[in-house]
Amino acid sequence: MTAPGIVQRLKGRRVHREPVADQRELVTPEGVDLSLKVGSYVERFCAMALDLLILLGGMLLLSLAVFAVYLATRTQALLEALGIVWLLASFLGRNFYFFYFEAQPRAATPGKRIMGLRVIAADGAALTADAVFARNAMREVEVFLPLTFFLARSEVGVDAALITLGAIWSGVFVIFPLFNRDRRRLGDLAAGTLVVKAPRKVLQPDLADTERMASRGLAFTPAQLEVYGIKELHVLEDVIRAADRRALKEVAERIRGKIGWDGPADIPDRTFLNAYYAALRGRLESRMLFGHRRKDKFDVS
Amino acid sequence: MAELHLKSWRFRAEREADWRRLETLLAKAEAGGAAKLKRDELLEIPLLYRQALSSLSVARSISLDQSLVAYLESLCARAYFFVYGARARLPERLARFFLRDWPMAVQAMWRETVVSLLISVIATVVGYMLVQGDPDWFYSFVDPSLASGRDPTATTASLRATLYDEKTTTDGLSVMATFLFTHNAQIALFAFALGFALCLPTAALLVLNGGMLGAFLALFFSRDLGVEATGWLMIHGTTELFAIVLAGAAGFSIGWAVTFPGARTRVDAAAEAGRRAATAMAGVVVMLFVAGLLEGFARQLVQPDVARYAIAATMLIAWLAYFYWPRRPAP
Repeated sequence: MTAPGIVQRLKGRRVHREPVADQRELVTPEGVDLSLKVGSYVERFCAMALDLLILLGGMLLLSLAVFAVYLATRTQALLEALGIVWLLASFLGRNFYFFYFEAQPRAATPGKRIMGLRVIAADGAALTADAVFARNAMREVEVFLPLTFFLARSEVGVDAALITLGAIWSGVFVIFPLFNRDRRRLGDLAAGTLVVKAPRKVLQPDLADTERMASRGLAFTPAQLEVYGIKELHVLEDVIRAADRRALKEVAERIRGKIGWDGPADIPDRTFLNAYYAALRGRLESRMLFGHRRKDKFDVS
Repeated sequence: MAELHLKSWRFRAEREADWRRLETLLAKAEAGGAAKLKRDELLEIPLLYRQALSSLSVARSISLDQSLVAYLESLCARAYFFVYGARARLPERLARFFLRDWPMAVQAMWRETVVSLLISVIATVVGYMLVQGDPDWFYSFVDPSLASGRDPTATTASLRATLYDEKTTTDGLSVMATFLFTHNAQIALFAFALGFALCLPTAALLVLNGGMLGAFLALFFSRDLGVEATGWLMIHGTTELFAIVLAGAAGFSIGWAVTFPGARTRVDAAAEAGRRAATAMAGVVVMLFVAGLLEGFARQLVQPDVARYAIAATMLIAWLAYFYWPRRPAP
């Protein structure tokens, strides 16, 4: 615990815990916080760019197919039908591509899936079709309006200054998500929705168990385990999982030096780190069961 | 050997199979909807979900394996959205939309609808008067690509021809109807979305639309084709103009909620108005589609003016009755 925290505790005040910047509290009816993270602007921008690319690609393929059919047959009546198909398909694509995918159980367009995002209702309730429709109808002013302004050519009666003003005005909608904590765009506000990170995580093997046999003989004294806290344990976990040989070597040397390792020197770095990880985790976890959560190595209370 | 393991390891070993089972069921459900699951699988999911949730809260307090906690968090979030998500099937959803949601949303916006109608009517009258006074005004109201030859320089005979023999004068007419449908629907969605910018751009769009209508009418009335032109326009126009008025109303309701949220927070007010307006907007697209059909087919098949007026009036009455017929409040 930091010093000001202790002082405040002593004075009987509540310690104000700063929420993690991008975390969004969502407590289930069972009373567990899912601690969702809000999707960042860059991720969402990439997701939308991917979706627009998919849409454009689809339109291109459709146009080519329509054109090929026309070239093969060269009938006037068919041309008309093809024109109708093309117009309707582009209308549906522009307006209902996002709606269709976000109204599915996964609530994410292909672009969002690739970026590991999904749409949720801001209050955690079920995401309804009208909300999805609202958030995507707003795309008209957020994406297509600025695009029209930026791609506009000066026509008769419309001068450059007006187009520039329009571009600035509509540009406000584009950067709107940067100015609120939940990175909500206009459509999210109009629909009461949020975009959160929903990555698919794979359950990785428990490091406390793998290679347990190999590192059985290694034992650490309590003093050697007193050196680190939870933060360092998590860094160690990341290092072992990443399994980069140079990083493993460096970290193993650092730890050996820090704890004054006097055991066998010929064990491979990975085995040593694994054994130390398991021992450290065991110690920190058992202390946690007794109500003491040691935040990091500077936490000496 | 068991005593050599960590408590958190044993905790995980005992429950891992259940988590994996939940994961497979969820993958199956997300791929094909709840219908793909068997009966007992469907019943299994809420149980496994609660188990996973309790695992998560235990893991947070006893385990320092961060990959385990992250995995449980993502699994629980997925399961939560599946368990508590709406799962009405498409036919049920559609039925609800047409029977209740859409007309109720339109009813709730009646004030905005009146305002939107007034703006349109005033703009039409102004457009009419201006063009009547000086035909050059016509060009500032009407986009030449939409006028397709119907402008003050055209002869009376050719204007008359556009009203009755479209089939012979224009090729690809149904393409034109489709184009008009997509164009109008896009404009309507635009009017809705612009409402967020404090109503003003929506009002501007309505004014432009009304002005165009007035200019057209003025042109035809000046050639003594007024009654015929109104019939030609209104056979689909009662549906189409009504839809545009509703789109404007949807935009206004959002803009109004953002500007004057009342007792609620601005965000809540915007979300509530936005969802309601979105329901109405989905309906507006349907209306514009109907208007497109009327324009593409009925206008060609029905030539007598009386019949055109009859259809126009029937459509208007049908829409009014559909929207504003009193309904019992939602159960």
